[in-house]
Amino acid sequence: MDVIALSWWQLALAALMVVALAGCTAALRLGMGRSLLIAAARTVIQLTLVGLVLEALFAAERLVWVALMALGMLLIAGREVMARQKRRLLGGWAFGIGTLAMFLSSFTVTVLTLTVIIGPEPWYRPQYAIPLLGMMLGNTMTGVALALDRLTDTAWRQRAVIENRLMLGQRWQEAVGDIRREAMRSGLMPMINAMAAAGVVSLPGMMTGQILAGSPPALAVKYQILVMFTITLGTGFGTLAAVAAGSRRLFDGRERLRLDRLAAPRH
Amino acid sequence: MTASVSLRLERIAIGSLVETRLSVAPGEVHCLSGPSGSGKSRLLRAVADLEPHAGEAWLGEVAQASLPAHEWRARVMLVPAESHWWADSVGEHLPRTSPADLAALGFTPEVLDWQVARLSSGEKQRLALLRAVSREPAALLLDEPTANLDDATTRRVEAWLVTRIRERGWPVLWVAHDPAQIARVASHHWRIEGSELLEVASWT
Repeated sequence: MDVIALSWWQLALAALMVVALAGCTAALRLGMGRSLLIAAARTVIQLTLVGLVLEALFAAERLVWVALMALGMLLIAGREVMARQKRRLLGGWAFGIGTLAMFLSSFTVTVLTLTVIIGPEPWYRPQYAIPLLGMMLGNTMTGVALALDRLTDTAWRQRAVIENRLMLGQRWQEAVGDIRREAMRSGLMPMINAMAAAGVVSLPGMMTGQILAGSPPALAVKYQILVMFTITLGTGFGTLAAVAAGSRRLFDGRERLRLDRLAAPRH
Repeated sequence: MTASVSLRLERIAIGSLVETRLSVAPGEVHCLSGPSGSGKSRLLRAVADLEPHAGEAWLGEVAQASLPAHEWRARVMLVPAESHWWADSVGEHLPRTSPADLAALGFTPEVLDWQVARLSSGEKQRLALLRAVSREPAALLLDEPTANLDDATTRRVEAWLVTRIRERGWPVLWVAHDPAQIARVASHHWRIEGSELLEVASWT
């Protein structure tokens, strides 16, 4: 079975309905019309561009180009992690820790999945590598951003408790232990929820796409399970690394809580 | 840590305070007073190594910088004016405490099952002192330890603290406002004047 081709005028119909929705929210003075339209326009432009890039990438099938694309995705994800934190670490640490954590976890798990499990020929075949890495990075980014945000914000609000624990002679790891656990939880919770609800409440997007594209559902399910596991691995190890490095950075060599290393929240 | 040792501040500088020198012998209480905002609490924080500062503190022959920070703080223990609690029940913060100490501060052992959330500020203050003392430090830094207590309780807590201080030979820095309290507990009284620490009186 082949996919039914979509033409631009068919998309325009869907776009028209989004415009209608924006019109309704504007009429009700909900103040969402503008951002809705901007976001919709961004979707069209960004996805069209990435479509062009992928076409070129698939045609070339060169490791250099795949690596460059991966690097670009990683840097944008790193910037996004930084932007999503209310009180981020100063001096490039927010970007550095987030990006490094995502690099270590997402890239390692993606390369392992490609070489050991799926095994396309060559292993970096863009048709497999890019979508897999994209899903990994997207989810790891969310996990890392949530965890770091929770870590720094809670440390800020509970500074007196942390310091009181330090005064009693606790090590910094112990003094910030509860907060680290909380941060890990908030980073991993979305993925755990997604796995628990998969197929029952929600049909995962990738599986839906594959089925639409004509894959037998049984195969689509296998791919979906694999992807969910790898995403969980990436998010888990990424969050773990980010929380470990981020909480270390909250203290100096004399185990003092250094909230002066956090930026003031922007409004 | 059973042997009693002295606590020395050598050229400690933090905030507006410069080159603070002070030596507290075992079992002695040195009171610090001064207008609010003069840096009493920050000085104690510097001695506990909770804030970056210049100069060095010594506990006997052991320098602050020569120990890992948590070990230093376990020996030179700061009890802040306002205490903070992380677990739900009181007992989780006080793993080793004797019924005698609880009774001396006006508590029955049931207090260990109480929820921290229902403690009054005075109860918190007394329990915070107990929490610090029960960890067997080698020196104490007390920041207004009786600020939230009524007169009778203040006397009771003072008496208990002074007994324990003499018994264990702890050198103590004690931030206080009340001249009567200073006269009762202190062997030396220091006042922060501008950027300096001046000795007001000595009773030894």
